[in-house]
Amino acid sequence: MTFQTARHILAAGAFALGLGAASLPAAHAGPTLDAIKARGLIKVGVGTSPGFFAPDSSGKWQGFFVDFGRALAVTVFDDPNKVEFTNSSPQQRLPALQSGEFDILLSGVTQTINRAFKLGFHFGPVVFYDGQGLLVKKSLGVTKAADLDGATIGIQSGTTGELNIADFFRKTKKKFTPVVIEETKEFHKALESGRVDALTQDASDLAIARTQLAKPDDFVLLPERLSKEPLVPAVRAGDDRWLEIVNWTVYATIQAEEFGITQANVDEFLKSEDPGIKRFLGVDKSLGEAIGLDPAFAYKIVKAVGNYGEIFDRNIGPKTKVGFERGYNQLWTKGGLIYSPPFR
Amino acid sequence: MHGAFEGRLVHYVAPDRKRPGARGRFADWVGERPVAQLLLFVGLAGIGALLWTALATNLARLGLTPGFAFLGHAANFEIGEAPIAYAAGDSYGRAILAGLANTVLVSAAGCLLATILGVLLGVARLSDNPLLSGTVAGFIEIVRNTPLLLQLFFWNATLHALPGPRQAFAPLPGVKLSNRGLAFPWFSDDGSSPAVAGATLALLALVGLGLALRRRRRGPAPQGGAATAVGLALLGPAFVAALAGAPLALELPQLAGFNIRGGLTLTPEFAALLIGLTVNASAGIAETVRGGILSVPRGQWEAARAVGLPPMKVLRLVVLPQALRVIVPVLASSWLSLTKNSSLAVAIGFPDLVSILNTTANVTGQSLETITLMMGLYLTLSLLVSVTGNAWNERRLRREGR
Repeated sequence: MTFQTARHILAAGAFALGLGAASLPAAHAGPTLDAIKARGLIKVGVGTSPGFFAPDSSGKWQGFFVDFGRALAVTVFDDPNKVEFTNSSPQQRLPALQSGEFDILLSGVTQTINRAFKLGFHFGPVVFYDGQGLLVKKSLGVTKAADLDGATIGIQSGTTGELNIADFFRKTKKKFTPVVIEETKEFHKALESGRVDALTQDASDLAIARTQLAKPDDFVLLPERLSKEPLVPAVRAGDDRWLEIVNWTVYATIQAEEFGITQANVDEFLKSEDPGIKRFLGVDKSLGEAIGLDPAFAYKIVKAVGNYGEIFDRNIGPKTKVGFERGYNQLWTKGGLIYSPPFR
Repeated sequence: MHGAFEGRLVHYVAPDRKRPGARGRFADWVGERPVAQLLLFVGLAGIGALLWTALATNLARLGLTPGFAFLGHAANFEIGEAPIAYAAGDSYGRAILAGLANTVLVSAAGCLLATILGVLLGVARLSDNPLLSGTVAGFIEIVRNTPLLLQLFFWNATLHALPGPRQAFAPLPGVKLSNRGLAFPWFSDDGSSPAVAGATLALLALVGLGLALRRRRRGPAPQGGAATAVGLALLGPAFVAALAGAPLALELPQLAGFNIRGGLTLTPEFAALLIGLTVNASAGIAETVRGGILSVPRGQWEAARAVGLPPMKVLRLVVLPQALRVIVPVLASSWLSLTKNSSLAVAIGFPDLVSILNTTANVTGQSLETITLMMGLYLTLSLLVSVTGNAWNERRLRREGR
């Protein structure tokens, strides 16, 4: 998704050194979780896309992914502020996670088989179902991707988009000229100046980018999606306990929405007689004790950041500037794909 | 600086410390404090081993297999421009080669243009005309005191501000200038490439021959016999290749769909990088040239004028040859920086070596291997540049000694 300027060599060097030095004391149980507890802080790699992740006027990070980072801090430390967000470009973020610079990436990483096996990452649950889109100038009169035969297309390096667009044009036996740009601002400028006919990127990113252009109405996001982009939290392989904490923190927000538990009414649900809700909120302490987490972790998450739907609506929902509909990101009970395994 | 290029690498041994015999040589080699040296060596080796073990275990933990096998796998990304043919689906090795070719192309062209521009600026800086020397001095100060990255963004933004392909300028018939680049007529691509290569080679051989003959006519020593022979040997096959290929057809760039197609296009990114690197390096070279010229004693100028040489000839025949003694070694280091600075291309979206290797690392996860490749290739390029500088310098010194 989004990113910063050219410090790739540094990042790459840091990766080499990091592999060598940073994780010297490789403890047996969970090196990442041990390090987080010792540090008293979770280090999260994010991007910069208002709605998903961006610092507000007071410098505090806000956004959809940021809220999941805060939820994690609640699970681990019972404090939504014991988390540090750092912007990292798509090109730098993967090596940075590998080298231990971050404990987790909440920067809109797409889950792929290559990243799982070849890059050594593990992934949490899908928090946002996205697809690759194309943002084009309206005056070109383009209505579908196939119309772009012979076009010049801007791509951001380090994203799955770089591969998807090449696949799409190979599949359709059409030609395009890529201009691969790392820096986000330069990437957007290339479209505004007319250097490229279209930009390709995760559709959600493009929708946000469009609102930031000088004349948003001159550009249109094509309805077609070239790929599946399930955006997930990414962690290093080799720390199962940390991965499970990530998994169940996300699931807790989803399950809360399914139960109808919100930030506002969570205290009333403490009096519920439903055994499932009692277990979920930690009124019945047996579950939490069995798994070695604070029995009330789900209660505390909802209290601090709200349920999945609230996180969505607050940051990127229809009433925000970004204005996304839930679409695929609706609960499974309402026709979407968002689903939590049972809490028992 | 001077010595580094004039002298060769020698093992430095203080002459009066040399001890005779095999034992003496060993003692020299070990040095004055053998125990301390040994401890330092063991310590360094220990740290190295520790880092290496940690690296190996961590790679194993992440499930990464080190090695260069990925170079043969298919790279599924597209590259915007490259002097060699590449398409998504070719191997990573070929993609990296395309990136390397881009880096070499922009660096070589940059070195050549920066040298020419730098010499002109350096000479102009010394002009008696205050307007000219003042303007050049101001230009040099601006260029030398702003970051190169900023300059690249400036050139890139300037070139992107050109009109779109549909409103392209046509300064000459068949030439189109737009924000997609500078397109000019070129040989059509269908099967004529051996002909183009052959014709280029034949042309180069002819030029080389001409130069050799001219030198033979002028110079006292009949040099360049081998070069003449090579030139003649190349000429035949080159002409055959030129005739064997498809007939040469000149293709005019034309607006087709979104872009200008046909002919050869110089992209704005390539142009911005080339202009940026050239301008940036030329400022440094201009100062080197100015320093070199100033190092030539005034008496040389006066003597040359006294024998009645016109000003341009004074410069060309008397002053510059002497100034080169100072200029050439420093010039080589300007070329080195230019070559390495070309890696800033990523910032403006030119697919150079670093850009392709970064993408490769990102997709394959073979970060260590790609960094190793990057270091190896830049080292090779830099060594080639300094060898070129050294060779030129030595050739010049030899001629001077003649």
